[in-house]
Order: sequence, then C-alpha cells, then structure tokens
Amino acid sequence: MRTKVALLAGALVLALTNLALAQEAAAVGPTGLKFFITTVFVAGFGIAIAAFGGSLGQGWGLKSAVEGIARNPEASGKITVTLLIGLAMIESLVIYTLVVELILLYAYPMAKPLAKFVGLEVG
Amino acid sequence: MEHPILFMTVLFEKIGLGEFAHHYPQLVNSWLAMIILILMAIWAKSSIRPLVPTKVQNVWELIIGGLEEFTVDITGEEGRPYYPLVATLFIYIFLCNVMGLAPGLMAPTANLNTNLSMAVVGVIFAEFVGLKKHGAKYIRHYTGPILPLAILFIPIEIIGRLARILSLTFRLFGNIVAKELIIGLLIFLAGAYLAPVPLYFLFILLCFIQAFIFYMLCTMYIAGAIEEAH
Repeated sequence: MRTKVALLAGALVLALTNLALAQEAAAVGPTGLKFFITTVFVAGFGIAIAAFGGSLGQGWGLKSAVEGIARNPEASGKITVTLLIGLAMIESLVIYTLVVELILLYAYPMAKPLAKFVGLEVG
Repeated sequence: MEHPILFMTVLFEKIGLGEFAHHYPQLVNSWLAMIILILMAIWAKSSIRPLVPTKVQNVWELIIGGLEEFTVDITGEEGRPYYPLVATLFIYIFLCNVMGLAPGLMAPTANLNTNLSMAVVGVIFAEFVGLKKHGAKYIRHYTGPILPLAILFIPIEIIGRLARILSLTFRLFGNIVAKELIIGLLIFLAGAYLAPVPLYFLFILLCFIQAFIFYMLCTMYIAGAIEEAH
C-alpha cells in the first residue's frame, strides 16, 4: 500500500514536470532539449523499476510472516513487529530511488557545469 | 511549486526576523515542536499524584514505561541507562512528522538538515556507548570474525557505519517529503482544501512507523555496541 502511494506520487510529479519542462526546454535550444528529455525519460523508468523490485520483496516478506502467524498464533505480536520493521527497511530502498528522481528533476546542480564540460551549450 | 504560507514565518515577520524565518523554515518549526513538547512535559509533571494516578499520568506512564520495556527488551539489562535518548528521538520525530499534516505548519523532518543531525547523534552515541563499555577492545567489533582478515574488514565496517547515518537520514527524508508532495498535489490539483483528508489515516500511520523505525534502529545500534564481539 505504501509503495503504491510512493509510486502514485512519483507518477504525478513526473506528469506535471513533463508538461512544465517541455515549455521551458523549447527556449533553450535543441541540445538542451535533448538533455531534458533524456533526464525525464530516465527518471520515469527509474522509479518504475524500483517500485517493481520493492513490491516483490515486500510480498515475499509478508508471505513468510503470514505463514508464521498461521503456524503459531500466539507469537503474532512479535511477528507483526518484525514484519513492520522489515517492510520499512525494504521500502526505504524504493524511497532512495524516489529521492534520486526528485534531485534529477528539481535540483540537478551539475547540469550546467557538466553540459559546458561536455561541450553542449545549455546556457 | 509555490511556497505555502507558514504560521511561524508570519509570526517572525511581525518580530522583524522575517528573512531568517523565510530561509530556514525547518528550524523555526522545530523550535515550535520543542516548545510543544516542553509544555506537555510541564503539564504532565504538574499532574502527578502518587496515591491516585490521574488520567494524564496514566497516559504518560504507559508511553514512557512501554518505551523503556521495549528498549530493554532489545538491548538487554545494560541498555537501561540509554533509553531516554532513543525515547526522546521517537517522540520528537513523531511530533515533527505529524506537524506536516496541519495546514500552516511544515514538518521539520522534511528537510535534510534535521534528519542528518538526528542520525549523527544516534549513531555516534552508539559508538561512544561501545567505547565506554569495552574501552580499547572496542576495535574488535570492527575486525570481523577471523583476525588475519582485519585489514580487509576495518574499511568495510567504517563505511558501513557511515552508510548507517546516510540511510537513516534518507529514509526519513524520503518518506516525509513524499507525504508532503502528495498533500500538496492533492490540494493543488483537486482544488479543494479538504481533498487530502481521506488519506490522513495512512499518513499518520506512516509518520508513526517512520518514527518507530528510527527509534528501533538507534536501539539496535546501541545493542550491537554493547554486546560482545564475535
């Protein structure tokens, strides 16, 4: 449920930013436009792949926890606590990917110096 | 995304320090969280009756007693003097997280600086606890199981400790920023002020779980520093 919420947030952010960036990038020039399109494309796939792997991992953990509770209902308190901690650990990897995507889209500080270094004239 | 109006910024503008509050909103909101916690502590202290416990006393005894038992459960009996730090971290982080849900306030944990400072305190405190208990033999925690491989293990362990600080910071930061983004987007896109309210149960659960995870990890680092090296 939580990774679904994170996935929805990432998708909404990307949808809005794609619209905004298209207008912004058209004023910069063809090479700058290519740069921005590539960045947004990569960011979209990055969060999707991270959510895919994260969901699988959490699903396996949940399966083992439910089997453990079914075998031994008295230990359900401890198993639930361990399950929640494990889920938050796995989810944090997906959150790292979301943070990298936010940096790419909103606060990419090395864009202009790197572009000048490579030879693109971003402006 | 336009900047929202924050109560503390408006308050500081009346005093005249508006620029400071505008540049560092997470700092002034963390001061607000501290003031709220101190006032709650004074209120709890003044309502303690030894013979007939009052309701406020019961609630606080439940919270603090539960945290103490949980911490000692993980670290063992020797971890009892160290539970106030991690319990304070838990209550403070929970309050900071839910402050982001109220309109006009910003969650201080949505900024990297707050999280980094708390993570550094938690991890370095565990190192000092280990040094205090074992003395110079604490280096055995870093050398790994087999002695000749120590040269390989020490850099790996040091990087692992630094990665703990980084992971604690980014886990809390990512969760709370994602939550605030969703709230902002729902208000922005849906146009109605009460649009995020149905999701608030999920957000409060998320805030609680993230504070709990931070507290559990700091407790486990202290437990790992106290126990004997393998």
